[in-house]
Amino acid sequence: MKFVDEFRDPGVIHKAADEIRRLADPGRQYRFMEVCGGHTHAIYRFGLKDILPPNIDLVHGPGCPVCVLPMGRIDDGLSIAKDPNVIFTAFGDMMRVPGLDGSPLEHKARGMDVRIVYSPSDALKMAQKNPDKHVLFFAIGFETTAPSTALTLMRAKALGVTNFSVFCNHVTIIPGIRAILDSPDMRIDAFIGPGHVSTVIGCRPYEWVARNEGKPIVVSGFEPVDVLQAVVMLLRQLRAGEAKVENQYKRVVPWEGNRAALKAMAEVFELRSYFEWRGMGFISQSALRIRDTYRDWDAERRFSVPGVRVTDPKAAQCGEVLKGVLKPVQCKLFGKECTPERPVGALMVSSEGSCAAYYNYEHGKHETLARTGATV
Amino acid sequence: MCLAIPAKIVELSSGEESRALCEVAGLRRHIDTGLLQDEMLQLGDWVLVHVGFAMSKISEEQALDQLQTLAMLGESEAVMQEVKGYGLSDGSWKGS
Repeated sequence: MKFVDEFRDPGVIHKAADEIRRLADPGRQYRFMEVCGGHTHAIYRFGLKDILPPNIDLVHGPGCPVCVLPMGRIDDGLSIAKDPNVIFTAFGDMMRVPGLDGSPLEHKARGMDVRIVYSPSDALKMAQKNPDKHVLFFAIGFETTAPSTALTLMRAKALGVTNFSVFCNHVTIIPGIRAILDSPDMRIDAFIGPGHVSTVIGCRPYEWVARNEGKPIVVSGFEPVDVLQAVVMLLRQLRAGEAKVENQYKRVVPWEGNRAALKAMAEVFELRSYFEWRGMGFISQSALRIRDTYRDWDAERRFSVPGVRVTDPKAAQCGEVLKGVLKPVQCKLFGKECTPERPVGALMVSSEGSCAAYYNYEHGKHETLARTGATV
Repeated sequence: MCLAIPAKIVELSSGEESRALCEVAGLRRHIDTGLLQDEMLQLGDWVLVHVGFAMSKISEEQALDQLQTLAMLGESEAVMQEVKGYGLSDGSWKGS
């Protein structure tokens, strides 16, 4: 509990924790999935697991775009920038993520023109400043970042900037949740819905989770109190035998989402018939590609891309961890062959991946406690 | 990339491009406001920014809460690194 006590009014936290203990049926086990990697990070950082009763498990979902990106896509994107006329740009999060032939940063060290941008609009500006070069933007993210890529492409087209293209890896959150629910060994009772994705898509797209699958879902903010409040709301629904979509993060998330953002996405993107999610396999209609009307800015059509496919080793049990069948530490490779420094599987790739988060916070804690003879 | 960073609008540009000069923890840069075109943004408003684009309008209280959350998450430094482009970008952010 020490993290929480250091950071937030303990009174409010303990009140929420008391309410959770009052609502949770001691005779049953609860498995709640937080879909978003941001929540996973917050849960570990604040030590929230320690204040939940032992019969409430938080299972970490697929909502980390860096983690679920198939490794081969990195090699494909970098292959375009082997042309010395091409500048490869990406968010900082991508720079240390290994492809089969090394990370973007390693390619930079080998002489490739690789640059970090904070925003896709910075990549477009770079193209305008470097008319003799081609600037490639390696786009990644869920609906949180896809509208920004869309608006940047609309601007590139309007300004007639032709030395700019996007290698599009945007994925959409709903098919990821559907894939989790469709898997035969799924064991999730309810969902903590993503906060920032929902500022764009709103709460309506989750209604089928409640209606068709009978699972409660609460869109939540990222503060400790937000997450605990979401757990309280889920327990109340389960206790009342209800399944509905609720919005705990009303201060930021409008029920209908951001219409301008959805409009920009619809203008520029269409659904791919299928796309691979690392650790989960191919999921139909789960990713975005650039529409024909923007084909001149689609790097996959402008350049020939090798289509590298990399299969994670069979021993990596990312899929089982994602579905809540295994905890990170129960995977055979966890902390041995697979570490944040040398990730073997998807969930160790980014600090928001469930295995990396577990490794950075929990694993260290368990190790320390084991050495001192204390128990958790 | 997944960080939502609160920013305060300090200058609205009158040009045709929808953008505003914003301040985040002592740094200034232009933020694209095209995704909040229905919000009628005013000087002094706070917005949540993802990858250089304002995604939602928030109250000052919420903005300060969010800044505190980032600090609590140990991500203030990550924010600075992200917005400054890890020292490798073209310097779109300026100290104020």
